[in-house]
Amino acid sequence: MTDFATDWDHTDPRWVHDPYPIWDDLRERCPVAHTDRYGGAWFPSTHAGVSAVATDTEHFTSRTVVIGNGRPMEEAPPAPIGVAPPITSDPPFHQIARRLILPVFAPGPVRELEPMVRALCERLLDKIAGEGVIDAATQYAQFIPPAVIIRMLGFPEADEELFREFVHVVLEGVNHSVEQRLEEFAPIEEYLNAQIEDHRAHPRDDLTSYLLGVEVAGQRLAIEHIRGTMILVLIAGIDTTWSAIGASLWHLASHPDDLARLVAEPELMGVAVEEFLRFYAPVTMARLVKEDVDFLGCPMKRDDWVLLGFPAANRDPTVFPDADRFIIDRLENRHIAFGLGIHRCAGSNLARMELRVAIESFIARYPRFELLDPEDVTWSQGQVRGPRRVPIRIVNES
Amino acid sequence: MRVSIDTDRCQGHGRCFNVAPTVFGFDDLGNGVVLVAEPSGEDVALARLAEANCPERAITVVE
Repeated sequence: MTDFATDWDHTDPRWVHDPYPIWDDLRERCPVAHTDRYGGAWFPSTHAGVSAVATDTEHFTSRTVVIGNGRPMEEAPPAPIGVAPPITSDPPFHQIARRLILPVFAPGPVRELEPMVRALCERLLDKIAGEGVIDAATQYAQFIPPAVIIRMLGFPEADEELFREFVHVVLEGVNHSVEQRLEEFAPIEEYLNAQIEDHRAHPRDDLTSYLLGVEVAGQRLAIEHIRGTMILVLIAGIDTTWSAIGASLWHLASHPDDLARLVAEPELMGVAVEEFLRFYAPVTMARLVKEDVDFLGCPMKRDDWVLLGFPAANRDPTVFPDADRFIIDRLENRHIAFGLGIHRCAGSNLARMELRVAIESFIARYPRFELLDPEDVTWSQGQVRGPRRVPIRIVNES
Repeated sequence: MRVSIDTDRCQGHGRCFNVAPTVFGFDDLGNGVVLVAEPSGEDVALARLAEANCPERAITVVE
């Protein structure tokens, strides 16, 4: 039996199935775990440890944020732009790239998207009306974020399925060789280039045209920058939110008291959404160690990975009372589901709105539903955690 | 009571203006801004709640 303290692997089936007891154990016994896998990697499991790394851009770089067997590919666009700015950017370029996209994801523009998301949820629910048994992940949750992102980028609606495949390729193929990864990425790049060409020829009111037209210090963005930000929006905006919606519905399907309370007290939705985000935070991000450094008492080497366990930090009992309990009306909730520091998820306002509207719409239509078979629920592997199948039985349809 | 946001710490998590929309607003980047620096009545408790929910500990409430 492997010891996760000295040989952790976030793709291990036990970690994928139920990571929380593993993280609880590590937090007690070895708050910064190590592994030789992936060329050397560390895993802080406490809120303090995760915060220290997340807010330290002097010792850690975001040049790549998804752990793989290789190190930042020489083939990738060079710094400062990187693969997917601004998530893969470091200061000072990071701030330039981030300021460009923040207004697009600010609360004002996100509010304008809400009616569209609500209409989408209603359409999806209409499609499965009267079925009795449905899969809340594959028939509902997974359709919501791609539709929103496609709309924002201004891509053809018919390409949703293709989108989900791209995301799967990027996030779940982490254990593939570097050569295989490059091969897998080629169709994505090709698709984005075609979209960029189309938008160049026919500019319109969407994020793609915005990126093509925007200027920094009197200059248009480099094509690598535009493509990189599109990749970021595609990757960061789809799997993550789908996972959060799926996990929340899975929770409600297996906790009838919480479901009944949320149906009876819709004003709780705001705090409930934050607790869903704390308890089922889907995203972990990685950093690379810039130069050899002793950090958190560990001899970190240049190019070691550090996996930032935001979901583990969210269960740290020194920060959250009853951290291992889901408390639907938890009023004080300083969770870090969207990260911490300069890389706070740029799409957090959008994600939060999608999650709220998706749950509101679902429970309005289905005030009672229950998990069909807990054993039939499967979880994604990699740095985005969410249920890929959530088969439920509808008890009450309105 | 006086409320302030440390703009160096704020990263735009958006918790303050969701928890206490009468006390906090946001700028065009989505960072928090103080709307009412000296809240009173119901806003006092809301401001404290916003402070307790800020992931970056960017909000200060002093009596």
